[in-house]
Amino acid sequence: MVREKRQKKVLMSGNEAIAEGALQAGCCFYVGYPITPQNELIGYMSVHMPGRGVFIQAESEIAAINMVYGASAAGVRAMTSSSSPGISLKQEGISYIAGAELPAVIVNIMRAGPGLGNIWPAQSDYFQATRGGGNGEYRCIVLAPSSAQEAFDIMPVAFNLADKYRNPVIVLGDGMLGQMMEPVQLPPCALRPAAGEFKKPWALTGSQGRKQNIIKSFYMREGELEEANLRLQKKYAQITKDEQRYEEMETKDARIILVAYGSMARIVKSAVKSLRAKGIKAGLLRPITLWPFPVKAFQQTNRQTDKQINYLTIEMSYGQMVEDVRLTVSGRARVDFLGRSGGGVPSEEEIIKKAVELYG
Amino acid sequence: MDKIYAHPKSLRDISTHYCPGCGHGIAHRLIAEAVDELGIREKVIAVAPVGCAVIAYDYWDFDCSEAAHGRALAVATAIKRVRPGNIIFTYQGDGDLAAIGTNETIHAANRGENLTVVFINNGVYGMTGGQMAPTTLLHQKTATTVSGRDEKIHGFPLKISEMLALLPGVKYIERTSLHSPQEIIKTKKAIKQAFSNQLEGVGFSMVEVLSPCPTYWGLTPAKALDWIRGTVIKEFPLGRIK
Repeated sequence: MVREKRQKKVLMSGNEAIAEGALQAGCCFYVGYPITPQNELIGYMSVHMPGRGVFIQAESEIAAINMVYGASAAGVRAMTSSSSPGISLKQEGISYIAGAELPAVIVNIMRAGPGLGNIWPAQSDYFQATRGGGNGEYRCIVLAPSSAQEAFDIMPVAFNLADKYRNPVIVLGDGMLGQMMEPVQLPPCALRPAAGEFKKPWALTGSQGRKQNIIKSFYMREGELEEANLRLQKKYAQITKDEQRYEEMETKDARIILVAYGSMARIVKSAVKSLRAKGIKAGLLRPITLWPFPVKAFQQTNRQTDKQINYLTIEMSYGQMVEDVRLTVSGRARVDFLGRSGGGVPSEEEIIKKAVELYG
Repeated sequence: MDKIYAHPKSLRDISTHYCPGCGHGIAHRLIAEAVDELGIREKVIAVAPVGCAVIAYDYWDFDCSEAAHGRALAVATAIKRVRPGNIIFTYQGDGDLAAIGTNETIHAANRGENLTVVFINNGVYGMTGGQMAPTTLLHQKTATTVSGRDEKIHGFPLKISEMLALLPGVKYIERTSLHSPQEIIKTKKAIKQAFSNQLEGVGFSMVEVLSPCPTYWGLTPAKALDWIRGTVIKEFPLGRIK
């Protein structure tokens, strides 16, 4: 079915777009466990993965992430998906994947928390995703698409980054992105890398014709772990330098820059247009990588020296990404915040009202 | 003169970190011998546990992965599904396989994964200081059952092999012991059988090995073997379970 549709625009939910994007990126191992609002993703994989690779419905989120660890250790592109409470269960495994330097893609279609919360969209797992919810000092690359099209397009990027850096990559969406049906332009051919582009000489394949390979994160002898951790830190510094991604809209002459990611940025886009219509010079800065945070976007000369610019961060949370905005701006400009979480989504009207109130 | 003995190729010729009288060294060697005799060293991928045997990969000379505590069979499931031509085994202790990892154990078995499991039952958590394990015997004293295991408080020794035998996906389970040369030979035979089963695509095969932990049993190495012989095998009888 998908094959027929491939060269045209198709209507897909964000969850399905992520699944199809992963398949086209050459993902050949998917393991998941049902949880709303990401069920269309595991559903799509159960139909379309057989014949291309391995699909497993695991007994738990914990087993699922450890299966990703195993499949990745064996050298294939592997992913799992879940929603917030399930992602919490995966944190131990993500820490092991980061420690063992295995590539992996983990999709979190966020719902509101804490605890069981509810199934409404939220962005309250920003800290968990960008700071790491597992033990030890590690980083996950975090990508935040804001439409079904971008969700599809970002999956090859996610797998390439995971392979390039041997690091877990989290694709962070929310229930709105996952559930919303949108047209998606599918490319004429698969987006998997060329053979040999990402060689994996470290993978477990059986030791035929070579020395033993070991996948591990345990370093018992004195100094070994410190050495391994410094290697990780060096890698994270490289990623921070090279992999910042963001989108800007109307920022050139903006006096107010609204900062938002994912689905939230879609609403903020409309708000920016309305504010412009009212004569307020508003713009949008949309981080696509949440880690590394796109510091570069804030460091452009005009913004560093121009104290007239104000930042208004809008989130489906009570203020998580805003901490990164404040760290980045570092007192050079005013940073305000508007957010809701628990099912509520800041509306265009609320955003406009807040912006006018603050800067009008 | 014919050479009738050689160090197994799959086992590095180095000393281990195990305590005197520990069964892990013997079990490692039996696996290495079985792997060599079946000619599968270059196809084997082992999944090492968390516990005393975490660095088993430093002793074995074939591909190995660590797994988080209890997750060895989830990791092994994925490796086998991705690489069905390789021979995958997990090496797990009682806490790993029958406490924190019970869920992964039962479901890998129930899916009938074509895997080999070597389950080391020594009745205690060795690496952390000899605490009660799911397999600790009633009245046995451990670091967390100082007056002995009491069924009213701690429950009963968990017979995971008998539980798994109920599952249709499980094809072979045998309980063996390391308390005498004769039993060690039987253990090797069972391990070899469990590998052969995987080679032939038979399905989930597990060998439960009763193994001495003199340090945390508070016994000399010789007395630890006597304790298995006289006491442990009454609760965990030896032989083919399935």
